[in-house]
Amino acid sequence: MSSYKNMISALLTKNMRYDGRSLVDYRQIKIEPNPIPHANGSARVQIGKTDVLVGVKFDVDTPFPDTPDEGILITNAELCPIASPDFEPGPPGPEAVELARVVDRGIRESGCIDFSSLCIKPKEKVWVIFIDIYPINDDGNLFDAAALGAVAALSLARFPKYDESTETVQFKEITNQKLKLKDFPILTTFAKLDKYLFVDYDKKEEQAMDARLSIATLSNGLYTAMQKGGDGTFSREEVLNLIDLAKIKGEELRSILKKEIGKGG
Amino acid sequence: MTKAGAPAHLIVNGKRLDGRLPEQMRDVEVKVGVIPLADGSCMLKLGETQVIAAVYGPREVVPKHMALQDKAYLECVYDMAAFSTTDRARPGPSRRSVEISKIMRDALAPAIFLEKYPRTKIDVYVEVINACAGTRTAAINAAAVALADAGIEMKDLVTAIACGKADGKIVLDLNEAEDNYGEADMPIALMPRTKQITLLQMDGQLTKEEINKMLELAFSACEQIYAKQSAALKEKYIVEEAEEEV
Repeated sequence: MSSYKNMISALLTKNMRYDGRSLVDYRQIKIEPNPIPHANGSARVQIGKTDVLVGVKFDVDTPFPDTPDEGILITNAELCPIASPDFEPGPPGPEAVELARVVDRGIRESGCIDFSSLCIKPKEKVWVIFIDIYPINDDGNLFDAAALGAVAALSLARFPKYDESTETVQFKEITNQKLKLKDFPILTTFAKLDKYLFVDYDKKEEQAMDARLSIATLSNGLYTAMQKGGDGTFSREEVLNLIDLAKIKGEELRSILKKEIGKGG
Repeated sequence: MTKAGAPAHLIVNGKRLDGRLPEQMRDVEVKVGVIPLADGSCMLKLGETQVIAAVYGPREVVPKHMALQDKAYLECVYDMAAFSTTDRARPGPSRRSVEISKIMRDALAPAIFLEKYPRTKIDVYVEVINACAGTRTAAINAAAVALADAGIEMKDLVTAIACGKADGKIVLDLNEAEDNYGEADMPIALMPRTKQITLLQMDGQLTKEEINKMLELAFSACEQIYAKQSAALKEKYIVEEAEEEV
């Protein structure tokens, strides 16, 4: 149990947080476009001290039998031991799998990627998009940082050249062709401790909190993904309140994202 | 997205492909104590979806250093039998089953007095033996009953159901076609007595009003499931009492 729990909990009763933020304030968000030259698209997202690298790579493979004319999206997260004293080396555990799958659903279900545009030859060749999430410092709320990084990296990514005659990808030749995203889905994660709800938990708050709820939103106001985690519960009213808050905070994060990736074009 | 093999419509003349009305749940069947060796067990059918849950514990934590000093260590494992799906499922954990095991644990933990069993482990195993949509909710429903059957002290049972959207309509308890080709899927679990939500997932595209409507539908469906769960538990223990008296 977090040694900070009592303090965090006591401050919440006065609508305060131990680091001085209000209940609905994010820490400072920084997005660095394309920090990884070898990735087809990449982003480094910092939310306070939380620091996440996301890389996008393209490849060509055979489509799934039930979607013969659509591209493939694969999202993976590696909680490498560099990022936290709590992470261990080895294959992804439940936390890493959940992180990747929540980020994946927010993007996939938003419809922001036109999967049929990724088809090269139906039933035979389609583009595969790999999103790889690597936290480099876990100071809480990896969900929002990873999701922001994934959308940033996707929107910055440029396809490598595909050689029609040999049916191979020329990984060293990068084209100017970009993935056209129809929207920027934004994931916002809320924490609950006692009866208090707040955004963007840091590590100490994460260790103290009872439950979390992640909600993905689109700019048109639709919700595309939700995921509850942790030992606590939410009432129906709390869920509905958070749904409203997700829209407001989502809009804030979306405008930061647009501004930052506009710079890195 | 149009998938190969998708039916033209999911709702025809106001009825779903399996003949149900949009807000109609499949039949639920609950049987308690199906595995004599387990401390608690339950077999649950939700239409053609069938799951078996077994609870072992509270028991010694292995390895020992995993033990928690202030509460029980709860572990859930959701697994699909190879023959449970249309195409054979490869045995062993998948990324999907790893995530479901985790969210199942998070859905059940709020209902258990874990603090009553420090330094022990409670294992909840669920095997899906026939998968026809709604397996995670069936698994949670069965696991909650198995925990109660094991005599583990609980604040409440946990009851789960999925709501979704198919052909623009809100539907309760998705069938396989709606799960594969529908517009949204939202599994919910709650503690029926306090109405506290212990699991909430969603994928698709929904408005706030639709989410609210789905929560309302799920809340009332959970009461029906709760009735079946408690009836099954009572049946087992009342029968045993009667036998003792004879």
